[in-house]
Amino acid sequence: MMDDAPIIIEGLDHTFGEGEAGKQVLFGIDLRVERGSLTVLMGPSGSGKTTLLTLMGCLRDVQAGSARLLGTELNGADEETQVLLRRRLGFVFQAHNLHESLNARQNVLMGLQVHGRGEPGRHHLAASHLLETLGLGARMDYLPANLSGGQKQRVAIARALVSNPEVIFADEPTAALDKTSGLAAVTLLRDLGRLRGTTTVMVTHDPRILELADSIVTLEDGAIVRNETLARAG
Amino acid sequence: MTLILTALLGRLPIGYLQLTHNPGRLMAALAGVAFANVLVFVQLGLAGSMLESVATPYRLFQPGLMMISASGAQTLSDASKIPRQWMIRALAHPDVEGGKEIYLGQAKWLSGQQTSSSIQFIALNPDAVDFVRHDLSTPLSGLALEDSALVDLRTRFIDMGVFENTSPDAAITFEMQNRQLRAVGSVTIGGGFGGDGVFLVSDQTFFRLFPQRSSAAPNHILLKIRPGANHDKVAGELAQLFPADTVRVRPITSAMAEEQRYQMTERPTGLIFAFGVGIGLLVGVVIAYQVLATDVADHIREYATFKAMGYRMNFFVSVILEEALILAAIGFWPGLAFSQLFYMALAHLTNIPIFMTSERAVAIFVGTVAACALSGLMAIRKLKAADPAELF
Repeated sequence: MMDDAPIIIEGLDHTFGEGEAGKQVLFGIDLRVERGSLTVLMGPSGSGKTTLLTLMGCLRDVQAGSARLLGTELNGADEETQVLLRRRLGFVFQAHNLHESLNARQNVLMGLQVHGRGEPGRHHLAASHLLETLGLGARMDYLPANLSGGQKQRVAIARALVSNPEVIFADEPTAALDKTSGLAAVTLLRDLGRLRGTTTVMVTHDPRILELADSIVTLEDGAIVRNETLARAG
Repeated sequence: MTLILTALLGRLPIGYLQLTHNPGRLMAALAGVAFANVLVFVQLGLAGSMLESVATPYRLFQPGLMMISASGAQTLSDASKIPRQWMIRALAHPDVEGGKEIYLGQAKWLSGQQTSSSIQFIALNPDAVDFVRHDLSTPLSGLALEDSALVDLRTRFIDMGVFENTSPDAAITFEMQNRQLRAVGSVTIGGGFGGDGVFLVSDQTFFRLFPQRSSAAPNHILLKIRPGANHDKVAGELAQLFPADTVRVRPITSAMAEEQRYQMTERPTGLIFAFGVGIGLLVGVVIAYQVLATDVADHIREYATFKAMGYRMNFFVSVILEEALILAAIGFWPGLAFSQLFYMALAHLTNIPIFMTSERAVAIFVGTVAACALSGLMAIRKLKAADPAELF
């Protein structure tokens, strides 16, 4: 029987640089992320959590060990395989990375357009609906420059969610937000994820987020030192 | 516009939106492309003008063959003298119906305001009506009158307005080479890069203007070919009659094409124009590259984000080419408009035949698109810096 977990990592090492200048940053990582869960990666700066996130998200080549994402082995995966896998993922960055020339709706449409021409009317409807759900119904035609930090992050979340990704990777999504906005954004990610069965892996230093997590993975010096699975009601 | 481009491209017109998002940069980019266009238009316009001024004297004659001394065969005006007796030998060919000599000379025409124009004289027998184009047949007959001339209404530096209505019955007298000449008609040829105007005179008038010249040594010999005969074939057969290093026999159209090629590829002016065109294209490529490369650099995080989302390289290529094509398509028009104005001003000031042709406009538009696309492809290399892993 196939393993249902979208992310399974075994014995993962990673080194930056080569030869004597090389610096190993991950050591024998074993990790399993369950479908539909919200997993938080924690740890001090330089502990390797962001590197782990980029490896799981097909943004770096796996050098040693095994990383299976959505049933595909990433070690040795070619560029095309990685591109196709990325299209099944969603990314939310610390800096929202919205395109300054595109309005909110157009930024969200970019999340759909990657899958092909599709039906423009349906695409528009999906993007508008999601923005309305996120409370941005009146801001759809605004350029990012005219949106607040929280609004921009919500647009970035909408862009990540609009194509119904199977896994979302988020890096400090609340870092630029105030307490209320930050909690609202992560709650939104978690709730929409649960509604759609989306798995979320998030790097954060924000202790408020921990209350919402299904599991908390703590890294130190490139190794997992704690992996807690939390029982949640509802 | 966004909706139209979205429908055309099948995706959001990111390139268009990026360009229009920064109007100041867009205007500077368009001005740069237009400037490069003007550079190329001016150089090609001057080159075209030179080719036109080369061709115009040849077009005075009916299609036929032209004999010229081999030592000066590159141009019509610099031709060395050839023995008239060669015409007699050529006339023995069964496909040659007749022949006429052409004499060329250069003289200054001083106007009352102490300015002078360099006039190219083309002289031939007034009976040679079958050798010149139809509209010149009658005026040419008028040259049988002693010391008469057909003056060029487009002669530079001289107000030729008074000569517009000249005829054998309403001739105007003027002085050149210390002789009184009578303008009995006019032609419209215009100055080129080698002279300011062209006057037609009879051979007898020519010998009075240039007494050192002999009727036995014309500059060219025109040969009229029997209708239906192959000009190239007859030219080839006639060439066999003469030593190759003494005379060349060519159809007039070939002589014209050869001189145009010679002027463009071997004379300094042609090479300067070609160099100017190259510089114009280079300036266009550099300007477009700067704009596109800066644009890529400014949006590197957004591009990296798109890479993380699963966009392939061909998407980025299409975005940057979209920008390049928009710059080319919009920047071309002000360049065309300014060039048209420049042509008009230059033609007015210098009387050289410089004018816009649709072929040139289309060629430069295609060149602009190609140059901008090339710049775009070069700018795409900058996309390698867009590493999605660096976004985290």
